[in-house]
Amino acid sequence: MLSGVFSLLSALLLITLDAVDVAFTEAAVGAGISIVLMLSTLTLTSRREKKSKNSNLIPLVIVTLTGLVLIYGTLDMPNFGAADTPSQIHVAREYIKRTPEDIHIPNIVTAILGSYRGYDTLGETAVIFTAGIGVLLILGRLSLRPRRRTKKIEKVL
Amino acid sequence: MKHHLILRVITKLLVGPIMLFAFYVQFHGDYSPGGGFQAGVIMAVGIIIYGIVFDMEHAKKVLPAWFVHKMLAFGVLLYTFTGVISFFRGKNFLDYSALSPHSAIHGQHYGILIIELGVGITVSGVMIAIYYAFGSRTSEINDAEW
Amino acid sequence: MITWEFIIGHLNYWFFIVLMMTGLYIVIAKGNLVKKVVGLNIFQTSVFMFYISIGKVIGGTAPIFPMDMKINNDVVYSNPLPHVLILTAIVVGIATTSLALALIVRIREEYGTIEEDEIFIIEQELDFSNTRSNTDKPIGHF
Repeated sequence: MLSGVFSLLSALLLITLDAVDVAFTEAAVGAGISIVLMLSTLTLTSRREKKSKNSNLIPLVIVTLTGLVLIYGTLDMPNFGAADTPSQIHVAREYIKRTPEDIHIPNIVTAILGSYRGYDTLGETAVIFTAGIGVLLILGRLSLRPRRRTKKIEKVL
Repeated sequence: MKHHLILRVITKLLVGPIMLFAFYVQFHGDYSPGGGFQAGVIMAVGIIIYGIVFDMEHAKKVLPAWFVHKMLAFGVLLYTFTGVISFFRGKNFLDYSALSPHSAIHGQHYGILIIELGVGITVSGVMIAIYYAFGSRTSEINDAEW
Repeated sequence: MITWEFIIGHLNYWFFIVLMMTGLYIVIAKGNLVKKVVGLNIFQTSVFMFYISIGKVIGGTAPIFPMDMKINNDVVYSNPLPHVLILTAIVVGIATTSLALALIVRIREEYGTIEEDEIFIIEQELDFSNTRSNTDKPIGHF
C-alpha cells in the first residue's frame, strides 16, 4: 500500500521535472506490477519480521558518514535547472536539434530510445528477458535439477 | 474471489479498456508519452488483474504459459532481426534508414514502430510470466491468519 | 560564500541523498531479506530522481514537439537523454527486483526462514557436518 503511494508521489515529482515518459512508466510499474509482486512474495514467505539482535548504531554511523561524503561531493555540482551545465550543452542540444531532420517524430524521447540509442535499448530488453528467464528457472517448472539440499537441511535442524 | 460480485463486474468492464489503452500507448509512442516499455507493463496489468479477481486458471486459458514463454524470446528476436536487416542493405546494425527504399525518414518511422513492438512483446511476456511463476506457488499461510 | 541561491540550487541533490541513505540504511541494518529488497528499491528511486533532476532546465518544457512538427526555436526543452536512460531503468529495475524476490521465495522454501542471521547459522551447521563427514572417509580416497 505504502509502496503504491510512494510510486504515485514519485510519478508526480517526475511530471514536475518535465519527464512525462518516465512518470508514465513509474505510475504503470508502481501501481500495477510491484505491489502484486511484493504482496505475493509476502504471502509465500512470512508476514512478520523477527527482531534483530544487532545494534542499529553502526549502520547509522556508516550511513551518516556516506551521506556527508556524498553531500560534500555535490558542492561542485551546478545549480538545479541551470541551462549551461555540461549535461545540457553537450549531446542533448544535438539530439533536440537533429531529431526533426533525421527522424521527424514529435517525441524526442522515443526517437533517442529507438534510433539514436538503439543498442542501449536492445541491451535493456535483453536484460529484462534474462531476468524473466531467471525467474522462470528459479520458480517455474523449467528447472530440471532435483532438490538435493532440502534433506540435508532437515537433518541439521 | 467468487463472492466479490462488485469486483468481478467492474473487472470485466475494465479489462477491455486497459487492453485498448495498452495498444494506444504502444502505437502512439511516436507522438505522445509512451512506447513499448509502458505498453507492455499495462498489457500485463490487464492480464494480471483478470487473473487475480477471477482465477489464474482462467487467465491461463486466455494466454497459456507456453505462449507467454514464446513471447519473451520473440520480442528480443524481432528487435535483433530489425537490426540485422540493415546489414543486407549495406548499412550499420540498427540503422533503420535501410528499411524503406524511398526515404530514410520513413525507414526510421518503420524501424521505431517495429522495435517498440518487440520491446512491448518482451516486457509484457516477462511480466505475465513472472506473475504466473509467483502465482502458481501455493501459499503456506492458512486462512485463520488472514 | 554560501549564498541563499546556492542552497536552493543544491537542495534537490541533498534530498535525494537523504532518500538514498534511507535505502542504504534499510539494506545494512535490517535482517529480513524482503526488507532489504525494499531498501534497494528506495535507493534505486532516489538515483532515478537524481538523474531526472540533472536534466531539468528551469523554464523548459517536456521534450515533445508539437504534433504538426512546426517547431518554435524559442521554446526550451528539458534534456531528453536522462529520461531515456531512466525510463528503461525502471522496467529493468522491476524485472531484477522480481528475480530477487523469486530467490527469496526459494530461500524460504529451502531454509524455512528469510532472516539473515538464521540462514547464516544453518549454513555454518551445514559446513560443519560436511567437514565431519569428509574426515570420516578413509585417507587416500581422492
